[in-house]
Amino acid sequence: MTSTPLRPFARRLWTETKAAALAALWISLLAFPLMILKINNLTGALDPQWSRLPKLAVAVFLGAYLWRFLLRRRSFSAVSKVVAEAGGPPPAGPRPTWVDLIMKTRRRKPLLGLVLAALLVLPFFASPYVVNVMITALIYVTLGLGLNIVVGVSGLLNLGYVAFYAMGAYVYALLGHYFGLGFWLCLPLGALSATVMGLLLGLPIIRLNGDYLAIVTLSFGEIMRLVLTNLGVTRGPRGIPNIKPPGFFGVDLNGAPKAFLMRTVDLSPAMDLNKILIYLIILALVALTVVCVFRLENSRLGRACLALREDEVACQAMGVNRTRAKLTAFALGSTWAGLAGVVFASQITFINPSSFTFMQSVMILSIVVLGGMGSIPGVIIGAVVLILLPEQLRFFSNYRMLIFGALMVMMMIFRPGGLIQSAREVYRHQPAGGGSNDGSSRAADGDTGHRPEKQAERRPAHA
Amino acid sequence: MDLFWDLFMSGLTKGSIYALIALGYTMVYGIIALINFAHGEIYMIGAFTAVIASIILGSPAVGLTGWGLMFAVAGLTALYAGMYGWTVEKIAYKPLRGASRLAPLISAIGMSIFLQNYVQLVQTQNFLVFPDLVPPMDFLKPIAKIINPTRFAILLFTAGAMAALTIFIKFTRLGMAMRAVSQDQTMARLTGVDIDRIISATFVIGSVLAALGGLLIGCSMRQIDFYIGFLAGMKAFTAAVLGGIGSIPGAVLGALILGFAESFAAGYVSNAYKDVVAFVILIIILTFRPSGILGQPQSQKV
Amino acid sequence: MPEAAIDRPGPDGSANGESSLPESRQSGNSQSGSLQALLSKSPQEARQPAEALSPQLDASRIVLETCNLSMVFGGLVALDQVDFRVERQSITSLIGPNGAGKTTFFNCLTGIYPPTRGEVILTAADGSEIRLKGLPPDRITKLGLARTFQNIRLFNNLTVLENVLIGRHCRMKAGLLGALLRDRRTRAEEREAADFAYELLVAYGLDRSVNDLAKNLPYGDQRRLEIIRALATGPQVLLLDEPAAGLNISETRELRELIETVREREKVSILLIEHDMSLVMTVSHKVYVMDYGRLIAQGPPDEIRREPKVVKAYLGEE
Repeated sequence: MTSTPLRPFARRLWTETKAAALAALWISLLAFPLMILKINNLTGALDPQWSRLPKLAVAVFLGAYLWRFLLRRRSFSAVSKVVAEAGGPPPAGPRPTWVDLIMKTRRRKPLLGLVLAALLVLPFFASPYVVNVMITALIYVTLGLGLNIVVGVSGLLNLGYVAFYAMGAYVYALLGHYFGLGFWLCLPLGALSATVMGLLLGLPIIRLNGDYLAIVTLSFGEIMRLVLTNLGVTRGPRGIPNIKPPGFFGVDLNGAPKAFLMRTVDLSPAMDLNKILIYLIILALVALTVVCVFRLENSRLGRACLALREDEVACQAMGVNRTRAKLTAFALGSTWAGLAGVVFASQITFINPSSFTFMQSVMILSIVVLGGMGSIPGVIIGAVVLILLPEQLRFFSNYRMLIFGALMVMMMIFRPGGLIQSAREVYRHQPAGGGSNDGSSRAADGDTGHRPEKQAERRPAHA
Repeated sequence: MDLFWDLFMSGLTKGSIYALIALGYTMVYGIIALINFAHGEIYMIGAFTAVIASIILGSPAVGLTGWGLMFAVAGLTALYAGMYGWTVEKIAYKPLRGASRLAPLISAIGMSIFLQNYVQLVQTQNFLVFPDLVPPMDFLKPIAKIINPTRFAILLFTAGAMAALTIFIKFTRLGMAMRAVSQDQTMARLTGVDIDRIISATFVIGSVLAALGGLLIGCSMRQIDFYIGFLAGMKAFTAAVLGGIGSIPGAVLGALILGFAESFAAGYVSNAYKDVVAFVILIIILTFRPSGILGQPQSQKV
Repeated sequence: MPEAAIDRPGPDGSANGESSLPESRQSGNSQSGSLQALLSKSPQEARQPAEALSPQLDASRIVLETCNLSMVFGGLVALDQVDFRVERQSITSLIGPNGAGKTTFFNCLTGIYPPTRGEVILTAADGSEIRLKGLPPDRITKLGLARTFQNIRLFNNLTVLENVLIGRHCRMKAGLLGALLRDRRTRAEEREAADFAYELLVAYGLDRSVNDLAKNLPYGDQRRLEIIRALATGPQVLLLDEPAAGLNISETRELRELIETVREREKVSILLIEHDMSLVMTVSHKVYVMDYGRLIAQGPPDEIRREPKVVKAYLGEE
């Protein structure tokens, strides 16, 4: 052995390499039976896939370096939190990412306006396929924001959210199929039925603690799916076909109006005017949802829900009626799912129970949790990432769910607050009688009359 | 009357399998208050591993048969299940100890999705034929109408596992340490218990039981696929909650009740809705007695 | 430092709110000194209340009363026939060894446990009597009883202002519709509530931290915030559960001033559970002593410190 000690960096590298090698060895051993020894379905014999082995070993070897590095970085921030609790300086909070930088820029409002304008004209210039994908994305944004009210604000872990979504969709489909009712009539009916279902389901389970609530709502989602599959009137797996898209003041846009436009402005025959209408409807719905959720978060009800989530006992001791607050939030969240469901049915014109599985609930939950719980921009970006990205990265499609599962685990470990952490409103005191006491005209600023601004120093509410 | 006994035996068998899985859920929840969503996938992985092991060990090269094959396959399955359970805990749950309630839950769901798709991708997404590993038992011939060797093996194994686990928890040092950690983690740590080891042990034991349950269900149903973990896992968790989460006898009791309820509902009411039974029972129990049949009501110190 | 408090004259007449206690008393920390030594300090150091309360309790001055209150958990008798009275705008303390049942008593008053037997009666400002037994905690708070907790229970991830605003919840009316529509009435209500909360923070010295997350406050400020939050509910009676726990001498002194300021500014009656004898003896009008769920003594601080039963309860038989 040489007498000069290795430099610290080299020593660290050696330790890490040993750990990585060990990890690669272990995982290779672990995965050996299932991954390498593939069973041939037809012959019942083994079909060894030896080529997978080196690929796996190398991937784990490299991945282990990264994993350990990220874990070490994470534990540093944990240490600074402990120091803060002991009276030291508060932790610096997560380092701002490019996402945060975009949100902070002064030119945020005009930027937002630009995006909105772009979204408005998009369907007139894009192919029907793109419009369709955008509709799906916007539906998921609505679902995510709705679930955000339940999970992000109130902390009620609803793993069966898809049941309310299905409710809205099936109400429209059935009423249209059996009674010929149209979209516009069914929109409020679908929403209302989801609300009622939310109230009925929420009442008994509101007192349950977090994990049990999750399981019960999950069960309910499954019950819904099973009932839909087996109940005669819902036609089970055969589903409900020929769901009508919305009409514009009673007129089918793809009929006479389209013919007219084709003659006059040389409209391309490929354009689907009904889809464009649906797109605009869902866009309006998203805008409405954003406004509502934002207002909710800074209201008496929203605060009560957030506080209930922090500490139920203390909150009740401060005069908050737990049942009323939670039930309201739960039912409100369900309403949004119902609305989204009606639009969904009109979009795909054929529904059956397989559109409403547990995986859907997980998807929507991931949008909320991974996007940033309680944060509106976070949820929107989460929906965009989780819906639009897989469409782009088609060649990954086999591995989509695999990556998704791994992503969930990793996000929870390394960035549990989500992509965009939610921040609390900042209060600025203005003496009464001066200036704009009527509250700013923009709802987005929260009209306390004191111009609270989301300043540069965002205070991350959840680490 | 034949129908009744048929349903009874079927319920008993089903309940036993649920019990094997439920034990893992209840132990893990008792010790770190986590619903281990990935547990159902270990059950499924156990079944798949058993098929692979039986192909290798039953092949002419190794040439095991009968009881030898059965025990060898079981041993290998148990080994791998323990390894999987240990690894899952280290990767997905250990870094989240002390985090909010939501984070480990999401991580567990993510792990469950990952494992499901992992098996689907590396093996097959279709059904797979499962060999009948249970050797014929001549002494059962007279009552062959009521019970066959596979069912007998399931019942015997479950009873034995229950007994062994109870003895283990009550009388061994490791068992005592597990009980201590589930009651007060901090105190246990302060008295010198190695928390990491105990938690890992809990996961390993639960995984072994679940995986062997997977092996047995394979022998019984003669076919498996990558999705069996989800449904069985849900129902087993329901059973654990029904009996009182954190209580080992509760898990078995809940599982048996569930097995019977499902079996009789399928036979006398409707086969299509039998899965609903489990979920409806869960909702009812949690509404009226959230702590389960044998569970302690949890009180908060104010 | 709470600037607001310093300018007020202290209740014992000293100009800048400084305690008139001699240095020896201040250095003798009740947590390290013996109880006996503390109790045997000379009476002139006890604070004389600005309004002397008559020895006989005038029924019209009682704001909170329990009759025969008992709480039994399974086989354990936690509270045994407790008859307790709080006079309007007084500061009453409840002391006793650990495990005596003091926090259980609070929990019964505030509706966390429904008492097994007995009555809890709150007398409103207009003289009407309200029975509190069996009501849920949020109802009781709305009727005028607010509390703090032994282990601080703030809403950690909300700001200081939002914590106080939650206190204001039961005095506001806006519901779901108000939240979504944000009409004029709702906006006015929100503004008023925010102003009210801010003023409370200014009055009690936490206005600088108004936008800080509650979990980032130092310990003393957290205790203070909990009290302010309880005050925001506009209570008639404020229940403080060991507010001095974990505070050092100067912080305890600030707390004493805070309690007295609160009583004067908010015109509330204060009920205190405490172990810190220096605080109890200097701030209380009346002291109740509890042991094993039963009241063993009650009276003005002077009497209590001399009462042999009390000494025995804390220190045991000689």
